[in-house]
Amino acid sequence: MASYWNRNPIRVFVFLILTVFVVVRSNIPSTPGEGAEERRWEASQVGDVDPGMSVAPPHPHTNTDSFQEELVVRPLHSGDIYASFQFRTVWEADFSRGNKVSHYQLFPKSLGQVISKFSVRELHISFTQGYWRTMQWGQPFLPSPPGAELWVWFQDSVTDVDGTWKELTNVLSGIFCASLNFIDSTNTVQPSAAFKPLGVGNVTDHRFLRYATLPREIVCTENLTPWKKLLPCGSKAGLAVLLKSEKLFHSSFHSQAVHIRPICQDQRCKSTSLELRQTLNAVFDLHTSGQAKREWSLFKMFSRTLTEACPLASSSKIYIDITDNSQGEQFELSPASSLLSQAVVLGDRRTFSVYDLTDQATFGSTLSPFDKKWQYPIGDMLRPLLHAERYVAGYGLQTGEIHTVMYNHHPYRSFPVLLLDSVPWYLRLYIHTLTVTSKGKENKPSYIHYQPSKDRLRPHLLEMLVQLPPNSATEVTVEFERALLKWTEYTPDPNHGFYVGSSVISSLVPSTVATNTSITQEQPLFSSFFPCKEELSYFVRVYTEPLLVNLPTPDFSMPYNVICLTCTVVAVGYGSLYNLLTRSFQIEEPSPGLAKRIANVIRRMRGVPPL
Amino acid sequence: MLAILLTDSAGQFFSSGHTNNWAVLVCTSRFWFNYRHVANTLSVYRSVKRLGIPDSHIVLMLADDMACNHRNPKPATVFSHKNMELNVYGDDVEVDYRGYEVTVENFLRVLTGRLPPSTPRSKRLLSDDRSNILIYLTGHGGNGFLKFQDSEEISNVELADAFEQMWQKRRYNELLFIIDTCQGASMYERFYSPNLMALASSQVGEDSLSHQPDLAIGVHLMDRYTFYLLEFLEDIHPASKTNMNDLFKVCPKSQCVSTPGHRTDLFLRDPGSVLITDFFGSVRKIEITMETINLTDPIKQMEENSGNDVQTENNTYVDQLPVSEIIHQKPKQRDWHPPDGFILGLWTLILLVFFKTYGVKHLKHVF
Repeated sequence: MASYWNRNPIRVFVFLILTVFVVVRSNIPSTPGEGAEERRWEASQVGDVDPGMSVAPPHPHTNTDSFQEELVVRPLHSGDIYASFQFRTVWEADFSRGNKVSHYQLFPKSLGQVISKFSVRELHISFTQGYWRTMQWGQPFLPSPPGAELWVWFQDSVTDVDGTWKELTNVLSGIFCASLNFIDSTNTVQPSAAFKPLGVGNVTDHRFLRYATLPREIVCTENLTPWKKLLPCGSKAGLAVLLKSEKLFHSSFHSQAVHIRPICQDQRCKSTSLELRQTLNAVFDLHTSGQAKREWSLFKMFSRTLTEACPLASSSKIYIDITDNSQGEQFELSPASSLLSQAVVLGDRRTFSVYDLTDQATFGSTLSPFDKKWQYPIGDMLRPLLHAERYVAGYGLQTGEIHTVMYNHHPYRSFPVLLLDSVPWYLRLYIHTLTVTSKGKENKPSYIHYQPSKDRLRPHLLEMLVQLPPNSATEVTVEFERALLKWTEYTPDPNHGFYVGSSVISSLVPSTVATNTSITQEQPLFSSFFPCKEELSYFVRVYTEPLLVNLPTPDFSMPYNVICLTCTVVAVGYGSLYNLLTRSFQIEEPSPGLAKRIANVIRRMRGVPPL
Repeated sequence: MLAILLTDSAGQFFSSGHTNNWAVLVCTSRFWFNYRHVANTLSVYRSVKRLGIPDSHIVLMLADDMACNHRNPKPATVFSHKNMELNVYGDDVEVDYRGYEVTVENFLRVLTGRLPPSTPRSKRLLSDDRSNILIYLTGHGGNGFLKFQDSEEISNVELADAFEQMWQKRRYNELLFIIDTCQGASMYERFYSPNLMALASSQVGEDSLSHQPDLAIGVHLMDRYTFYLLEFLEDIHPASKTNMNDLFKVCPKSQCVSTPGHRTDLFLRDPGSVLITDFFGSVRKIEITMETINLTDPIKQMEENSGNDVQTENNTYVDQLPVSEIIHQKPKQRDWHPPDGFILGLWTLILLVFFKTYGVKHLKHVF
């Protein structure tokens, strides 16, 4: 080593200089932005005096949160009434840069803390009871599958997405009183093309997306109670007064959801704010709830009347769909409203009669439209262009087939759909039997992403992009085999069956009416949820029915029977053998007759040995 | 004179020795025909909430959903009296453990506090050594065990050990244990920790009976013991002075058909001096003061310095179904598999090495 130094002093010298240079450089902050970030963090602390601020005149802190609420009532062609509540809280906070927030006004603190702690970019959770019948009721404003559904986009800064996902589901199960803690790796999937973010953002790396459903989840008042507590006015004022659980759950369909996503603050979209949308959709069947006449009113539907608007709301409106009643021949609204509005929702231009609750003069005591003479509408309901069904075929407890049928009712246009299927691991899919047929011929999907399942670790994930030909039914079939679970893995009621979550079908459906693509905020809430980039098509998501399959179930009373039988056999068989082998036999004299016994007694008394 | 008065009131202030109240209410039965067990638990929940214990201090575990069950002719209701007089489900209920989450393991974990770190606060029993806890269990039971969801059981020994763990970890000040099952008295036979008081609806060898069916709903609505317990509790208000001796008299044999039992030997105080509201209510002790406290001016939120905006690009909404992007998506990184033909090559290598060592002449025989 010493000889090296002596022989090459110049090389050593250069090496030393380089080392010193590198060490010095690493101590200097590498980017100028880092220093600026530190300075910015200091400025956001409350109470610090920023020299720049003392020059400007002090102005009062403006309330930057806003809250809007609306209710849409639409009489459906089947005689049901569809009521959709939308509550929207916009919060001027930006979490993407790691800012911490400690002041909450209208935005609920529980959700705000969850978003900041788990670095959530978007959160969509829904609880649904019942299945939406697309062919009878049309398309819903916000679709949801039966049970609970949760999908989340995390920020780019999250390193361990799976661990954060698990903690997030546990925290949400506490907030919403639901068994969301049952969401784990066996029912979570990571879609590769479906469920693109609904908020603004430029990055769509699907590594940060997680999707899970719990089709078995029950929805009841204990889920509605914390949902109502997230609203700024609670259930004390405004439209939330109508949310009485006894009437809401006595309906054909009930769905409540929470959607959190970043949205543009203004037209230029330089900065984003966080939007919280709480939606509640319910379809009331007035026939079964005892209404003989086809009259409906808000009191009959909700058994409550509106008293006042929520004072924290910037707008509070009720929209009644009167498109089928343009000439007033079907029903008459009372009190009548002169305010009309038109909106394009789901490719259909509908006319609404608007009631503004913030205006005292519009309504008196109760809002009760009544029918003049109700007839079933003569005009054709706009037939939903996309519709899907799903069922299990086959017999026995070993194999079966899943059939998914997608209908395209457009007369001459075909459009692509993305089918997302998540099947639990205990239904072993044979993907080589996957067939997609339309009109009798094979229809090859242009994109397939399949992730096979691992037993007890993850489910199957199948995503396909299929082009549906016009006016056709496309059938997707795949065979499966049922697995035998370990005896501890069965639920306490295994004979009920096991649920398979709904398939999700997302598509851009061509529409005849041009949709509004601007990002202005004057649109009613129910028509501005899904962002659209093109004017001639709208985005729609359809959920199929969940499946209920029976797995081969052992007889759980078997252990008791087995123990009884085994013990009996062991006792009788082994016991007698043991006795035969180990007992010794002695000869016993027969007992003597009566005379001899008396003689023995006398002999004993005499002291003489017996006979 | 003043000193005596003060010590008297101070003594009263500290007589019960607890500062907060908790309740753990468990229904362990599944299926529609066990409607009455859910109604039992909900009626105790309702009383406890009415007397002041907040939802954050109640751990409610219901093994099945009766209110929104499809067989329920009146959804979102659970009635305790026939002719649908009293809806114990109400409009403001928070169930912490429901459905399949109600297991023996979860119940014991809640009691002893050994929950996974990500468990939310509403699912934890965060009691300390000055908490009075009410534990109510109902379901199907037998001599020495209680059935959970028809698939597992908890024995009286396990329960007694759990309470001992709670005592060792100082998780309760006093504990009232009420059980409404068949042969319920067997469940408290094995207790050995101090400060435990127990009540049961029937003795060993007796069955607890249900009260009355409702013909519209089609099932029995309540069990007898809890029915009369609910009637008794409806008369209690947060300031009432009824004590435990009155609670022991609830549901005599003439009404209940079974003989309710109780156990007080492990309890340090005399039951006659224990108020019902010590366990069922959450009486907050108020200290009145005459001093005034000056609040500082409200803090003005500073405006964010928006001049330091690093983000200059426009944000846009993402295309929901970008068909061309999806079709041309690069396949995701999959797990590494050895290249094709690797196994074939490996076998060729093995054969060649074999024939090399043992001579090439063997290879001639092969070909």
